[in-house]
Parts: sequence; structure tokens; C-alpha cells
Amino acid sequence: MPALRYVISRSIAMPRQHIDTDQIIPARFLSTTERAGLGQYAFNDWKLRADGTPDPAFPFGKPQNAGRRILVAGRNFGCGSSREHAPWALVDLGLAAVVSSEIADIFKSNALKNGLLPVVMPESVLEELLAHPDWTLTIDVAARLLSVPDGRHFEFPLDGFAQTCLLEGVDELGYLLARAPEIQQYEALHAHA
Amino acid sequence: MAARTLFDKLWDSHVVVPESESAPAVLYVDLHLIHEVTSPQAFAELEQRKLPVHAPARTKATMDHSTPTLPPDADGRWRYTNTQAQAQVERLGENCVRHGIELFGLESNQRGIVHVIGPELGLTQPGMTIVCGDSHTSTHGAFGALAFGIGTSEVGHVLATQSLLQRKPKSMAVTIEGELPPGVGAKDLILHVIGRIGVNGGTGHVIEYRGAAIRALDMEGRMTVCNMSIEAGARAGMIAPDEVTFEYLSTRARSPKGADFDAAVERWRALASDEGARYDREIVLDAREVRPTVTWGTNPGAALSIDARLPDGRETGAARALAYMGFPAGAPIAGQAIDVVFVGSCTNGRLSDLREAAAVLKGQTLHPRVRMLVVPGSAQVKREAEAEGIDRIVRAAGAEWREPGCSMCIAMNGDLVAPGQVAVSTSNRNFEGRQGPGSRTVLASPRVAAAAAVAGFLVDPDKLHDPRGAERHGVRRHIVEEAL
Repeated sequence: MPALRYVISRSIAMPRQHIDTDQIIPARFLSTTERAGLGQYAFNDWKLRADGTPDPAFPFGKPQNAGRRILVAGRNFGCGSSREHAPWALVDLGLAAVVSSEIADIFKSNALKNGLLPVVMPESVLEELLAHPDWTLTIDVAARLLSVPDGRHFEFPLDGFAQTCLLEGVDELGYLLARAPEIQQYEALHAHA
Repeated sequence: MAARTLFDKLWDSHVVVPESESAPAVLYVDLHLIHEVTSPQAFAELEQRKLPVHAPARTKATMDHSTPTLPPDADGRWRYTNTQAQAQVERLGENCVRHGIELFGLESNQRGIVHVIGPELGLTQPGMTIVCGDSHTSTHGAFGALAFGIGTSEVGHVLATQSLLQRKPKSMAVTIEGELPPGVGAKDLILHVIGRIGVNGGTGHVIEYRGAAIRALDMEGRMTVCNMSIEAGARAGMIAPDEVTFEYLSTRARSPKGADFDAAVERWRALASDEGARYDREIVLDAREVRPTVTWGTNPGAALSIDARLPDGRETGAARALAYMGFPAGAPIAGQAIDVVFVGSCTNGRLSDLREAAAVLKGQTLHPRVRMLVVPGSAQVKREAEAEGIDRIVRAAGAEWREPGCSMCIAMNGDLVAPGQVAVSTSNRNFEGRQGPGSRTVLASPRVAAAAAVAGFLVDPDKLHDPRGAERHGVRRHIVEEAL
């Protein structure tokens, strides 16, 4: 996982609330044994209109949104299934941060393990951001701050451990493997269970 | 020691390294369940890092999501929906052999949906921590276990260390007082709860379900309730074990035997929340208010009593959801036409669920427009149902009786709802396209689903054979005539 210190980008706005992981990547694309290349299926069923033609409202299809690294979405983003394919697909699209007023627990956990930063903002800030996708946002991982062009900063919660993992580009497994003595001790004490 | 909740006790007894400001707790995992969809990338990670599986005996595998529900062909070959699905299933088999993991594979007579077989085999026990790369792992909380869904990276962590890094979630008590009315069951209750607290009402929390209505449920009903905790956004759901739990476990293949069982029961009894234990949030609901409940929109929080009217659509989200579902704003939900009925899944694919559907279907015929699939949750459920003649009732009504698996709940195996069709489904998610691209899902109990299959429209099961009653509840005239 590459280190993530700053994300500086305009955003892609998806104002809808409760965007579930079945929307982020429909289940029929989960029959894979790989984690790479899933971006092509992201929001797959929102790409086309009912008549099968490309939907001009689909935000990832708009030329002006190419290369944007921040998704700003309505409340309760990532609810539903635990599929890690959802953050894999978003990272594959080039995203580095998802901003919402609430982000579902399992999605948040999965995102952090893949260098995708979940940024929770108050509802009022979220509304402003959704209305201004052309603002260049600066997200500072070390300072836990999201800044907008007029100079205002907004703090966001980020677990200290997850923050270190992001800043150093390391994953959790190394830390867990280093706890092997404690794990073995626990197992010896609880051999009956 | 201060009074502790069931969740506190489960958490405390599994802490390997306590959490601190700088790091989450290291939490030990007693039972790790895996399936074909969310495990291959985790095994690949282990191989890339040249790591062994730390405790293979604590991991159990089954195949359920991508597996066909039609029986094998004349040559004994399973008919997969595509080669990728087959490759994924075969990969799990290879990984289990390589790492010495017990697999309940396609040929096993103990196989089935991961959250059905865990309890059925007695692998799921009170006091355990149980994880699986599947959000409906919360099902196992019905036994007084801390059970939650994890992502594939975490599947790798558990394979490699039998542990997870976790911050302790907050606790929430959902107390259901009183008695459920006749004909109203666990599925109606949990849809009602999610409708009240919302699809994000439990985010960041572990729910403990309490109260007289919960105590009165059998284990299968309790599993239905805990199963859908994630649909309220909760990390897990749980119910303190009691005599009902111990009775269920006393006959399971893998539960402790003899004196070991008695000793285990003594430990399990001590798990219940202490008198005066504090929760971060508490919600109290009255079981007597619960009616047969269905969803009308595109998330499980959009729940309504079967005799209620659809929302007026003034709110943007509701208008969008109604448009997706093809439902007229403000009309009664009873009477809305349906095309497909699915009875099955980790929510409602157990024997009592199939009995409930069969009781409605007995001597009836499906509405001519309706296609109905009944998919047992496991091979054992299928055998037991067939021994009671449930398969014959299902087939005689014109429905399909299938092999066990997740089937139309997640629609990965070719069991699909066609674009635009309305399915009444006993599963857990009504998200857009969940049951196939363009599919529309109404979540319901097996009883309500079976009644809809006979009527061809959503109907209060108590009024299935009373067209005047149906009309009073707003059933459109032509639909009533069609049903007669």
C-alpha cells in the first residue's frame, strides 16, 4: 500500500444517501479470484440509462471528472455487504478519499486497508462540498484536516493507528504478526475454548 | 467488578492485547468461517508473504454464493452460471486442501449457506468470537456469540494470526417488550425494528436484543433477527443464551457432549448481561405494534406494515425509491402486483421458514404470473423438509424446489430476477439490482412471501382468501378479479 499524506483534488459529487456496496460493485462482478482491475465495474448499473445508452448524468463518465481523486457522497456511504471489492474498485478508479457525513463501519475498515481515506464531515459541510465539486480540496492526513479554497479547515476523525498505517504505507498484518508471542500465550491460557 | 453487558463479557474474554490510544485491541477469533467469494485474495496474500495458516482447525469452509441450485446433470457435473464462478469454487477447494482446512464442499451432505450450517452443526457456540468475510455473520450472535462480518484483508489477518485489530464498538440495547401478535414473526419484527431505527441506526454499535418478545422466539427466529443487524448498520447483533439455546445445542454434531456439555452450559449461563449493566444507547419497542411487515423502497429501512400506505413521495429519496420500485406514491402497499417469490437465504432458509411458507402453499396454486423458488439453506434443511413432504407441497403449488445455496438473495449463481420484475423475497437486502440488474425487491417473511405467490400481489396473509378484505385494503379491482 503506497503512503498517503495529502490528497489534493477537485471532487466527484454523488449526493444520494445510503449508497450501498451493491451499487459500488454489483455482486455479479465478485466471481473473481483477483483484486485488480475492478474499477471498470464500479457503479456499473448507474452507467447506462434504461434504453441502454450511456447516462450523461453518470459522474465518472464526465470528461471534467477524469483524474479526480475525491468522491463526495450522501450520508451513510458504503452500507450493506462487507465486500472489499468495493474499495478495490474505487481505488482502481483512482480515488484516494471518500467524503460523507456518515460512512458504514465495514466499508470504512476495508477502505483504510487499501489506502482509501474515509473522511466524515458534518452534514452542513457535506452539503457545501456536494454543491461545489469544482473546489480544489486539500486533505492533510497527518493533520486530519480537510481544507476548502476559501481557507476554512474542517477536522475529521481518524484512528491514530490507521493514520500511521496510511502515512507510512504499511498494512496491519505486519503489526499483528509481531504480536505472535501474545497470541500464543493467549492460546495456551484458553486451550479449552 | 462493574456490571457488564453480554457484549462486554465477550469482548473482555477475547482481548489478547488491550486497546490503547495508539493501537486497537488484538482480539482473538475462536471460529473463522470462509466461503468462495471473499477468501481467494486472502489466500493469495498469505502465499505472497509465504505465511502459513496459523490455526487451520479454527477455520471451516463452505461453498454457497456462486454455487448452482439446480442439481448436477446426468453426468454428475454441476451447472455453473459461468466458468469464473466454477473457478472460484474450485479455488476454495484447492486452498482448503493446501492449508488443511475442513471444507463442507459441494458433495458434502453437511454443506449449505455458511450462516445456516455453523449453527446447525453446533460449530457456533455461546461465548465465541466468530468472523466471516460476509456481513451476515451477525446471524451467529443469536447464540450469545460476538459475530461480525469482515473484509478480505481481515480474512487474511485471521488466517495468518487467528486475530484481528479492533476498536471496541459502542453498545446498544434493543428491548422488545410484550408478545408478537398471532401470525407475526421474527422477520416482521426485525423489519419493524430497522424501519424504526433506520438503515444507519446501529452504525458503530453492537446491538443486544432483549425483552419478552425475543425470549419467546425459537433459535431460528433469533437467528433471523440477529442476521439483519447489519441492515441497521450495526457491527453485530446478539442475544443472551438461555434454555432455548442450550436445548438447540444439546443435539448438535459438534457441540460438547456429556459432562463437557453440562460444564459448557454453566459457563454459557454466566454470559447474560449483569443486572444494571449500562449500554451506550437503549431503545424500547412494543411487540404488540408489529404487523406483517414488508419493504417498499431500496434499502431495508424502508419498511411498512402490510396494511399501510406507500409514502407520498414528497421526500427526494422516497420519490426516487418509489420510481425505482414502480410503486404509486400514497397507494396501499397491499395490492401491488408481484412477479417472483424467493423463499430462502441465511435470513429465512431454515426448516421453520420453509414450514411457514408450506403452510400457506398447501393445497394452493401459484398465481399464473408468478415464478417461485424455494431454496433450502443447507443440505440438512433440505433432507428434513423432504422428510416432512414440504418439497411435494412446494412443487404441487407450481414452485421450484432447489439445491441449497445463497441463490437469488445475491444472484451470483444465475438465479436472477429479470429487469423490472418485482420479487417478494425472504432475504435481507432490497438494494437496487440486488437480485439481478434492474430487479425490484420487496423483503418479507416466508408467510407473507408465500401469500403473495398465491395472490399475485402483496397481501396480508390473513386476508388471502377474503377478496372483500383485500379490496378494503386497497387491492386494485382487476387484480382481485384476476386472483379469483
